[in-house]
Amino acid sequence: MGAEKLVRIEKVSMKYYSPEGEISALQDISLNIAEGEFVSIVGPSGCGKTTLLNILAGLIKPSAGAVYIQEQLVSGPTSLVGYMPQDDQLFEWRTIWHNVLLGLEVQKKVNKETKAVAEEMLRTYGLYEFKDAYPSQLSGGMRQRAALIRTLAINPEILLLDEAFSALDYQTRLLVADEVKEIITSENKTAVLVTHDIAEAISMSDRVVVLSKRPGTIKNIHEIKLTCEINTPLGRREAVEFHEYFNRIWKELDVHAEK
Amino acid sequence: MLKNDLSTQAVSKEHLAYLQTRKKYRYRVTAAQIILLVGFIALWEAAAGLRWIDPFIMSQPSRIVQTLHSLYAAGDLFTHVSITVAETVAGFTLGTLFGTFIAVALWWSDYLAEVLDPYLVVLNSLPKVALGPVMIVWLGQGMRAIIAMALLVSVIVTILSVYSGFSQVDKNKITLLKTFGANKRQILQKVILPASIPTIISALKINVGLSWVGVIVGEFLVSRAGLGYLIVYGGQVFRLDLVMASVIILCAAAAIMYQAVVIFEKRFVKWK
Ligand SMILES: Nc1ncnc2c1ncn2[C@@H]1O[C@H](COP(=O)(O)OP(=O)(O)OP(=O)(O)O)[C@@H](O)[C@H]1O
Ligand SMILES: [Mg+2]
Repeated sequence: MGAEKLVRIEKVSMKYYSPEGEISALQDISLNIAEGEFVSIVGPSGCGKTTLLNILAGLIKPSAGAVYIQEQLVSGPTSLVGYMPQDDQLFEWRTIWHNVLLGLEVQKKVNKETKAVAEEMLRTYGLYEFKDAYPSQLSGGMRQRAALIRTLAINPEILLLDEAFSALDYQTRLLVADEVKEIITSENKTAVLVTHDIAEAISMSDRVVVLSKRPGTIKNIHEIKLTCEINTPLGRREAVEFHEYFNRIWKELDVHAEK
Repeated sequence: MLKNDLSTQAVSKEHLAYLQTRKKYRYRVTAAQIILLVGFIALWEAAAGLRWIDPFIMSQPSRIVQTLHSLYAAGDLFTHVSITVAETVAGFTLGTLFGTFIAVALWWSDYLAEVLDPYLVVLNSLPKVALGPVMIVWLGQGMRAIIAMALLVSVIVTILSVYSGFSQVDKNKITLLKTFGANKRQILQKVILPASIPTIISALKINVGLSWVGVIVGEFLVSRAGLGYLIVYGGQVFRLDLVMASVIILCAAAAIMYQAVVIFEKRFVKWK
């Protein structure tokens, strides 16, 4: 895990325009993310979390400021970035195998080597027997894993997860968070997770970024240091410091002040 | 552990009883359907035979069978049926293709979609058969005008329903493709079209019915050949047997074509 800066977010602001007026969604966000780091972003609804991820993914251009990945200015989608949407978004009409190949197809990179890598991942993460099944035949957890492999197949440096687990029921969610974290760690990827779930953020991340209400600014950044025996999201929930982090972030989110 | 894999489970007694009740119910439905049809034909035959109704005006099953037989013997049956079927297939294939094509264009350009919106709404509410005489003047007294009618009747509905299907495709799926760097053509190819196949097929199902309307009306107007022609001709010379026989063939042909679409659907939508 090198401490190299992989992502540099510099004074990013975002304004949206509509006939009703302009909405300032993000204001003056600066953040560095190191290689191999797992960063979570929490913040009240509508504070611009998705906007920030979309900027990182190169889907939208910030109104001010810039994002650099590996010291290159982000000006559009690149294969350095992998995006995990909410609700897995597997295509029902494609088999698991063809879902996994989707990104490679779009980038015209389907070849022997990339296919072998994808196949290997299916094997490693226990989906190989289901490669010819359709998504509707899989459980929620398996679908989420398939979606992750689809993202990893294009071999991105950084993974963006936008409330990726929020469609799952609570128990599945805990298990999937464990699985996903393990996969991301073993593939040595950097990740940015947007979530509403403070516990999820603390249990998965090295750092938790708290955003303020709209326009989103960085309110605080918490380095998460937990003493726990088993270093998995589930294990980390047992740590003594867990609750303290939870309370601090909870207070910062200022849920009561929201109308 | 695939979901919905009930086949490997042992069937309990209660489940068996449930399955049997269901099966019995299905039998009862089918039996009632057959009885209804047979009863209707028998009643019709008897009513005409006993002169409760006038078979000259109301026709009669046995006379319809005779008419079918003589049409068949004269070699006309096949000609008329195949002309009408060919016109319908052509009309609805063209309607679906053009409709889908235009829907793609509207999806491609929001500007175009907004510009054309009021025209589509007006055209949709216009009874297309009113344009029949215009088609005949433009395209002549023949098959071309009839196919144009079938196309006109189905194309606008296809545009509207397929376009609304396109617009309902999950935005997150499109975002996902964009993060892979997909261009507009790839988004169309990889998500919009495949996700809309169920919509397109249901448009197809509606179009089968609409195309029959277009073709029969066209044949009424052009009056050269086909089942529509037989119906009009039969009506004019007061041969109700001929009219009824043609209507029955029409029912059969329409049902077969609808089934063909259903089979097509099963082949293409395996993932449902
Ligand atoms: N395309 C857009 N055009 C106009 N306004 C937008 C657009 N996208 C987002 N917004 C507005 O910008 C603000 C931030 O939106 P964003 O989706 O980034 O918030 P979020 O933090 O992800 O919210 P949530 O927690 O509900 O997912 C919101 O007020 C939203 O209404
Ligand atoms: Mg969001």
